[in-house]
Amino acid sequence: MSRELVHGPGGSSFTELLRAQAPHLLPGAAPGEPGPPGGVDLPHGTTIVALTCADGVVMAGDRRATMGNVIANRDMEKVFAADDYSVVGIAGTAGIAVELVRLLQVELEHYEKIEGTLLSLEGKANRLSAMIRGNLGNAFRGLSVLPVLAGFDLTGGTGRLFSYDLAGGCYEESAHHSIGSGAFFARGALKKLWRPALAQEEAVRTAVEALYDAADDDSGTGGPDLGRQIWPTCAVVSADGTRFVDAGTLEQVVTDLVAARRDNPGGAR
Amino acid sequence: MYVSPEQFMKDRADYARKGIARGRSVVVLSCREGILFVAENPSRTLHKVSEIYDRIGFAAVGKYTEFEHLRVAGIRYADLRGYAYDRSDVTARALANAYAQTLGTVFTTESKPYEVEITVAQVGTDPAADQLYRLTYDGSVTDEPGLVAMGGAAEALTAALSKGLDASAELATVLRRAVEELGRAGGRELGAGDLEVALLDRFRPRRAFSRVPVTEVEAHLTPSGGKG
Repeated sequence: MSRELVHGPGGSSFTELLRAQAPHLLPGAAPGEPGPPGGVDLPHGTTIVALTCADGVVMAGDRRATMGNVIANRDMEKVFAADDYSVVGIAGTAGIAVELVRLLQVELEHYEKIEGTLLSLEGKANRLSAMIRGNLGNAFRGLSVLPVLAGFDLTGGTGRLFSYDLAGGCYEESAHHSIGSGAFFARGALKKLWRPALAQEEAVRTAVEALYDAADDDSGTGGPDLGRQIWPTCAVVSADGTRFVDAGTLEQVVTDLVAARRDNPGGAR
Repeated sequence: MYVSPEQFMKDRADYARKGIARGRSVVVLSCREGILFVAENPSRTLHKVSEIYDRIGFAAVGKYTEFEHLRVAGIRYADLRGYAYDRSDVTARALANAYAQTLGTVFTTESKPYEVEITVAQVGTDPAADQLYRLTYDGSVTDEPGLVAMGGAAEALTAALSKGLDASAELATVLRRAVEELGRAGGRELGAGDLEVALLDRFRPRRAFSRVPVTEVEAHLTPSGGKG
């Protein structure tokens, strides 16, 4: 155990600790040539949707990663539990996105262990903000990532959503939000489908349907893959904590949706 | 004035031992449900027992500021290691070695030794796979099977608790015995409010550490109530 670990400057941020002790392990910390114009071909995570519901928040992501016009991965997870009361979904350069999520997870747990209490939801949102700001240099090199954070606010007793921009700006969303290449189409669907205080099951159906609509028009977003039985990742955060919807339930939701869209591809109602 | 190295070390050891003996005791025991930490500690916020990592817990006696330094350092060490390698690569053995080095260095080079004694415990899939490491103020480390007692009454507690308790006993049974002996060692009866109790639960996935709330401790201690 090095002297700095015991006697080094205090603080409960793991990111700051990593910056001091092992900066080469920070996400995307590879030393910087600017790279070729247009960037290099790397897998990109695509669409995530998040919406509030009566007793919390729901977040869902498709499973596709693309590299140019090639499908790099069919069953990638892009929605993660950040801790017991929050989830994070990330679109953009997959390698850096996954590292950022890992860092956020350790950051929140590290704080919890050292301070003996959970970070407030705003605190979590701000920590993520700082991480995205730290990635701005990478964004200029074409390695951008964009998250969405959803969590249950234990003080206020409600589910809340936070969106971000590449400079680390953090904005609270009151109803729903989507990110990634299919975000525009998903947003259109959410505008029509979302209502205040949706029941949890309805919110899950709405999220899956918004992803269906995104996949319908965006080649980067993976649609329902009944043949391979690949379903979207879907997480629910409520007063009971973070929970991932099980594959059986998702299969039913997707199968019903596909049946409902038969002869009605736009889902008119 | 010349002081022989022997005398120098002895003075430091005596100093540290005296400091530790003043504190209230902590016991760490294997049981069927996991590894149980029982500390006599009336404070709800200044903890003597803490989570370090997924399967690893920490307990300490002595000077609060000093073991708090060590606790935080342990969490930093574990989180850095788990982030650089993998979560499964963080082990109590490596952490105990790191603590031993730190304590040893402080003992010989700093102006005063740490007046602390700590235990690093890692819960296994069954009591036989549990690991308990006890570290003293000078950096000595020992591997204790199933039971560690620290603080002023450590020896008496170890002797009393090693009789008639085995690692496959139920949590409630082990807790009652531990509280009984802690009370006897301190010369007073202890209630749930005087205790800090935590469990490294062997059946809980990933983060095994949890604090046992006062109401639950009370239920375990009341002979008719609770599960016990």
